[in-house]
Amino acid sequence: MSSVREPGRKTRSLRVEALARVEGEGGLSIKIRDGKVTEALLRIFEPPRFFEAFLRGRQYTEAPDLTARICGICPVAYQMSAVHAMEAACGQGVPPEIRSLRRLLYCGEWIESHVLHVAMLHAPDFLGYESALHMARDHPEVVTKSLALKKAGNAIVTRVGGREIHPVNVRVGGFYRAPSKAELAPLVPALQEGRGHAQELLDLVAGFTFPDFEADTEFVALRHPTDYPLNEGRIVSSRGLDIPVSDYESHFAEEHVRHSNALHSRLKGRGHYFVGPLARYSLNFDRLPGSIQDAARKAGLGPVCRNPFRSIVVRMVETLWAIDEALRILASYEPPEPSSVPVPPRAATGSACTEAPRGILYHRYRIAADGTIEDARIVPPTSQNLATIEDDLKAFVAKRLDLPSEALGWQCEQAVRNYDPCISCATHFLTVTVDRD
Amino acid sequence: MGERKKPTLAVFKFASCDGCQLSLLDCEDELLAVAAEVEIANFLEASRAVAKGPYDLTLVEGSITTPHDAERIHQIRRVSKTLVAIGACATAGGVQALRNTGDVSDFAKIVYASPQYIETLGKSTPIVDHVFVDFELRGCPVRKEQLVGLLGAWLNGRALEVSSASVCLECKRRGTPCVMVAAGTPCLGPVTHAGCGALCPSFRRGCYGCFGPMESPNTASLAAVWTSLGATGPDLVRAFRSFNAGAEPFRRESEVHEQR
Ligand code: SF4
Repeated sequence: MSSVREPGRKTRSLRVEALARVEGEGGLSIKIRDGKVTEALLRIFEPPRFFEAFLRGRQYTEAPDLTARICGICPVAYQMSAVHAMEAACGQGVPPEIRSLRRLLYCGEWIESHVLHVAMLHAPDFLGYESALHMARDHPEVVTKSLALKKAGNAIVTRVGGREIHPVNVRVGGFYRAPSKAELAPLVPALQEGRGHAQELLDLVAGFTFPDFEADTEFVALRHPTDYPLNEGRIVSSRGLDIPVSDYESHFAEEHVRHSNALHSRLKGRGHYFVGPLARYSLNFDRLPGSIQDAARKAGLGPVCRNPFRSIVVRMVETLWAIDEALRILASYEPPEPSSVPVPPRAATGSACTEAPRGILYHRYRIAADGTIEDARIVPPTSQNLATIEDDLKAFVAKRLDLPSEALGWQCEQAVRNYDPCISCATHFLTVTVDRD
Repeated sequence: MGERKKPTLAVFKFASCDGCQLSLLDCEDELLAVAAEVEIANFLEASRAVAKGPYDLTLVEGSITTPHDAERIHQIRRVSKTLVAIGACATAGGVQALRNTGDVSDFAKIVYASPQYIETLGKSTPIVDHVFVDFELRGCPVRKEQLVGLLGAWLNGRALEVSSASVCLECKRRGTPCVMVAAGTPCLGPVTHAGCGALCPSFRRGCYGCFGPMESPNTASLAAVWTSLGATGPDLVRAFRSFNAGAEPFRRESEVHEQR
């Protein structure tokens, strides 16, 4: 981190060179002129990987495995959005047993990803450690229990999908092979034990001190008629948006923002918005079972939470929910027979949105009659949030200008980590500028 | 007598999905034990503490795709005693090497509104094309057991033994019936490097080659078997052109079927 004072002007520039503990690599720079924050830039170092381009010419059945490689931390999200978009294009739904097994798989990823973020990446900030491994010296219990919980989430993905990262069992139409009851049985005790750890972790994070900071952004999430959203629902917002996923592109746009040379998503005619756990929770509190609502209230949350620093608490509430949902599905699990339904291709366009751990992930494909992908569009959660993160950072720094640069830098880093930005995901369509003076 | 100085471990990332380095954090049972044995000198995904090199062991994830990264890998090599490339990106260019067969400026136009801002190389290349690599771990992603094995071997001053046989051997070992023989499902197992534990066939799915080519694979004879099972030329092109598209034997075989 470096801080430069330019002589003659009351100017302070602050750069956090490489942001640690976010997935992917990014940097942040903030410019202060005459006591005002003039710029907050989240710089993206990730080189582009051109997924939308090389998906063209591939078969529709390949999209789940190819797009999984956009992000190693939420591959299931990519697979889920891809299979649902392809099934939408082909006009084929799946039976409820397959739907349940997909939800189970997704719960595994939520648990794994949320706990990784809460315990390994974010809690060290609140407790003043450089990393979870440093934290482990003083709080070994917290770290070992978190690891056990994360492992329980990963075990779901492994038993259902074959491996934690880039599972192999997901296909358009369902699964290559449905795991047997015996294969899934060991998940139950691990999750039951994990639930206790999750409750302890929730109690711990609920007791952290949170900076007083609220942002008034428009929240966007999926909403399902009865369930807490994972794979299906309409896209709704805290300011009255309520559309089917197929209308996504008529309401959302990417704009090219000069100052950051990055594409930022916005709601047409309304501006920046925000996706992820805070938005999902605040728009779907009434879809949580009573026991989870109670746990949230006990942790100091209301039905709406607008303080991004408290997202760590919301993530733990969602983790608790995902454990219960997984246990519920496991309790009545019967292997779907057959494990997948045929989804013959046709010339059509299909889109889908699912709730990745970090928020809605949109996929849209146009395929030919023989199943060849002609066009693909993927909008990951982090790119939808970038503009809001920058807005929030400006507001956040404005109130903390008296802090010494070192302290301000670390606080800003923490503020960025609130959003759990997954820079690998965002970059496959963010513009990268290499700044050479 | 002072405490023995712990060996230093660094993890660096190039173009990738982060999955391979994440495998390290997914070693829930071993993570703390490993962390106690080494000094984690640079692992941005896990820690904000950064120590300058030299590093005793450097793990490199990702492929080289920008002029800046082509420089950076040399700097990293200079401060690394042992450098291990982990995963298909680092050992073969990864899925982003699918650009190697197209025109990258066309690719940029498809994805970006202002392609002139994109600084990128025409090809995605593995680490070994740029610097000396001490060891390679295959897979997309690497198998975490192999990663733990590697760290254990290094800590004890041993070499890691990795089989260079095919996935078929692993199917036999775990008793999975051959999907090609039993169900006529095309499978890349006979030409693919072992290491995954024959995962896909255990889900009644053909191997899709994410560990890359084994040593001297007979891709032509496998292609003939695929053809007899009904695969077309374009099917073969796509099969050999995925996560290890840049690996020489797979690249060559895919080009054979492109010309037909
Ligand atoms: S090899 Fe595969 S899993 Fe590893 S970083 Fe590359 S894309 Fe991700």
